[in-house]
Amino acid sequence: MKPEVLILRTAGTNCDTETDVAFQLAGADTSLVHIQNLISGKVALADFHILAIPGGFSYGDDIAAGILLAVEMKHKIRDALDKFVADGKLIIGICNGFQVLVRTGLLPGSGNSTAGDSEITQRATLAMNTSAKFECRWVDLATQQSPCIFTKGIKRRLYLPVAHAEGRFTAPSHVIEELESNNQIVFRYGIPSEFATVTSNYPNNPNGSVADIAGICDKTGRIFGLMPHPERFLTKWNHPRWTREHLPDEGDGIAIFKNAVDYVKAELI
Amino acid sequence: MPKNVNEFQVINADDDELMRISREGTLSLNLNEMHAIQSHFAKLQRNPTDVELETIAQTWSEHCVHKTFKSMILYSEAGKETEEIDGLFPTYIQRATEDIDKPWCVSVFSDNAGIIEFDDRYNLVFKVETHNHPSAIEPYGGAGTGIGGVIRDSLGTGLGAKPILNTDVFCFGLPDSHYEDLPKGTLHPKRVFKGVVAGVRDYGNRMGIPTANGAILFDSRYTANPLVFCGNVGLIPKDRCDKSVEPGDLIVAIGGRTGRDGIHGATFSSAELDDTSENLGSVVQIGNPIMEKKIVDALLQARDLNLYRSITDCGAGGFSSAVGEMGEDTGAEVHLERVPLKYEGLAPWEIWLSEAQERMVIAVPPENIEKLIEICEAEMVEATVLGNFTDTHRLQVFYEGVIVADLDMQFLHKGLPQHVKKATWIQPQHQDMPSKDELTDDYTEDLFRLLASPNIASKESVIRQYDHEVQGGIVIKPLVGIENDGPSDACVATPIIGSPHAVIISNGINPKYSDVDPYISAASAIDEALRNIIAVGGTLEKTALLDNFCWGNPDKPDRLGALVRAAKACYDIATAYGTPFISGKDSLYNEYRDTTTGEQRAIPSTLLISAICVMPDVSKAVTMDVKRPGNLIYVVGNTYAELGGSHYFNIHDFIGNTAPVVRPDEGKLTMDALSSAIDKGLVRSCHDCSEGGIGVAAAEMAFAGGYGISLNLSKIPTGEKIKYNDFLLFSESNSRFLVEVEPQNRTDFKNYMTEVAIGCLGEVTEKPIFTVYGIDEKQIVNTSIEQLKSAWQTPLHT
Repeated sequence: MKPEVLILRTAGTNCDTETDVAFQLAGADTSLVHIQNLISGKVALADFHILAIPGGFSYGDDIAAGILLAVEMKHKIRDALDKFVADGKLIIGICNGFQVLVRTGLLPGSGNSTAGDSEITQRATLAMNTSAKFECRWVDLATQQSPCIFTKGIKRRLYLPVAHAEGRFTAPSHVIEELESNNQIVFRYGIPSEFATVTSNYPNNPNGSVADIAGICDKTGRIFGLMPHPERFLTKWNHPRWTREHLPDEGDGIAIFKNAVDYVKAELI
Repeated sequence: MPKNVNEFQVINADDDELMRISREGTLSLNLNEMHAIQSHFAKLQRNPTDVELETIAQTWSEHCVHKTFKSMILYSEAGKETEEIDGLFPTYIQRATEDIDKPWCVSVFSDNAGIIEFDDRYNLVFKVETHNHPSAIEPYGGAGTGIGGVIRDSLGTGLGAKPILNTDVFCFGLPDSHYEDLPKGTLHPKRVFKGVVAGVRDYGNRMGIPTANGAILFDSRYTANPLVFCGNVGLIPKDRCDKSVEPGDLIVAIGGRTGRDGIHGATFSSAELDDTSENLGSVVQIGNPIMEKKIVDALLQARDLNLYRSITDCGAGGFSSAVGEMGEDTGAEVHLERVPLKYEGLAPWEIWLSEAQERMVIAVPPENIEKLIEICEAEMVEATVLGNFTDTHRLQVFYEGVIVADLDMQFLHKGLPQHVKKATWIQPQHQDMPSKDELTDDYTEDLFRLLASPNIASKESVIRQYDHEVQGGIVIKPLVGIENDGPSDACVATPIIGSPHAVIISNGINPKYSDVDPYISAASAIDEALRNIIAVGGTLEKTALLDNFCWGNPDKPDRLGALVRAAKACYDIATAYGTPFISGKDSLYNEYRDTTTGEQRAIPSTLLISAICVMPDVSKAVTMDVKRPGNLIYVVGNTYAELGGSHYFNIHDFIGNTAPVVRPDEGKLTMDALSSAIDKGLVRSCHDCSEGGIGVAAAEMAFAGGYGISLNLSKIPTGEKIKYNDFLLFSESNSRFLVEVEPQNRTDFKNYMTEVAIGCLGEVTEKPIFTVYGIDEKQIVNTSIEQLKSAWQTPLHT
């Protein structure tokens, strides 16, 4: 049996196809499911091991990025979602999906209790980039020590594209301190050198995120959100400099999806 | 008749009255056309309703039927007999495609976009549109709905293509214009620039379509009439490329609701602008990209289930054009009260003509309607049955049970009288610029000025606002090189992730050469678009073209004469290169009348050529950034002293008379040879020589690659004797490339170039210094690549 991935769609989702390909390449079975079908009960979240919320502009990002889909998840599929988390299953949110997870409160998760707590509230946000505009560029990511399932075994820097207007991670200082002490920071924007890990200068940090935060997980490491797009670097041809550098055929992004699939195989099926 | 339907009293009207009706109704119909309508209705012994007259005006508008390109033209040139041209489009565009006769052209000029073969499962569709007049008045909305409209063209081609790539080309007034110099009622070019970029960005990004190719040009004559070209490429299964309509099929509208926005867009675009144009507020549409995304999501599912037989988009003319076109060979019956409205109070003709965005019309066999509505509901899109196709050959429109239009399809689509127009061409004479060799032996400053001129300067600040990575398929990106910031010649996409089958998109546009000769400008635009294809690894053999003409008022013989020259070049050069046109569009009447001074301003005659090439193996692609010190730099193709309309002359305020002509025999040999060498892996980087010639091309290659280059001009092969350094360095002769070759491949490379003029100009250097030695071996440029890059990046940085 292959791990089953539910790729959540709604009006304005637009990275679903490449997310679908990424999970298939990693060895999973995938289903693209509109949130209407979860709300109506046509499709049961419980039938899946991984929930992926892809990038895009859900509902046009009206009001704020990701907020309307977050509200739907919190209020219309709440029980199924709570059970999914409590069952130890995996959730990944990429770009708009990360914005959704932060606005549901699933990330960074409650400060006091374990994930799955029904009192989840929003404790951080992804605000407008300091450059005040949408930007599409490749960034170096320094992988941090964290319990994140999706980055298990990844020690090196990853190189991935970002494309967003609202990606500046920010939270009250005690939340940031908590993320630091719990090792919940998964990726930081880095500089293009093997040795240095962190910088806060634009454009290496493309959006002005506090503490160069590019991706975080919850305390269990099973819920993961990031602004960069691992699904956009699946083959070496995605790399902006493949015509001038010697690169492996497989892109940096694949490892993240493989880790999720391996975890499900080992722990959930 | 319902109260909100009026009759136009045309059958007994005199000529003045007919023209008053046309003018006051923004119908853009001329007297000849009003007479045709008058005699048609006189035979019927009744007057047309407003619904009918408006339907005819939309269907016959320049925008919808391209009557200038179908006119009989009497063309005269000094010293030659008057030539009779029975339609520019059939004579020069369509005939070129027929004569070239490529088997991989699946559908040309008949559907909403051209279709060519891609791989064994899919075809590609490609269309470029303009949205100029709306963008002049409301840049953000005009540009956004421009991209929205062309995406619907892909979606409305065959049974619907999945949009995979956007391309955008803009022409604006000079960004440093003074406010007091602006014509009355026009927006500042910077404001237009920002608004247009934001409009395209917000629409394309929200739709999840990578914007991966484009260009931005500046000229003061675009101040009042900016040009916004929006293009889209789509991917379509091979068995979904045909459409048909059967009597009995339901007419179903999908998508957004109908309001008063965009009424008269089609006829508005057939008129000149002046300072009162902005009062026509409702002619600009309002875009909603998320609505369009939902339509794409719903329709592609319905397409794959075969739920409908035909599809088209509601563009210019709204339902009147969409239903009128789909039912041309059958007949159609529509009930306007069923149309979902944004708000109450629309008269029937307004519902029928509204250009409210994000609406598609499909022909659904009745047995499929339930399933179709189910899919639309699941995607939260409205689908409404408006009526059905019939076998009456009539377009019958009802409102609350009463017939408000009853038109013969034959008259509607074939009743437009052919125009006869006069065209003249007089070769202008400009002052030529002497070489500066007598004055200087250093051209470093000229090179800086060229790199900093707005047409050449980096467009990175714009490019990065577009998501060019979404869908995961853009593999040669708009910005390339060691720091991902050099100017790529073309973009390459692999629409099926993991498959090496790729599509290349490029463009060519040279309005400055039009000041010398529109024939040369058009020929050069084709050559440039093709060079860009070749430079990244494409081939002429698998390349098709799109033409988009933006011109001044074609009712004026000199403007039309320029158009004739450009069209002639299209035939000559496309056939010589063997690259067919598969689709195109024209936007005429790009003129502005200053009501205070009476001054009439036309844009430079502007032809955009977009090229699309299928590349079976993306791993062969090359980029323009130099790769390794020690590699050799060759120029491929002859240089001539051709600086008329060049950027070098432009920065010194000259136009000149010898613009770069295309020598297609030479050019084809050059491009074919280079394609073979690239295919064999003998080329490490390649850049076409265009604006700023060899000097600018070499500088760009150096700073994009992060290494220096040293060049020697005495090694440049020339087609004629050139004795000046500046002419050699900055001539913009066509069909030339700079190519980086590893020393050990020198012989192999030269073996592919036996029939082509090449010269080894120098090499890539570890030291990041850019040096050029002149004809007499004296150094004429010496600077760092950092300074060159900074000159190129600074001007449009914000």
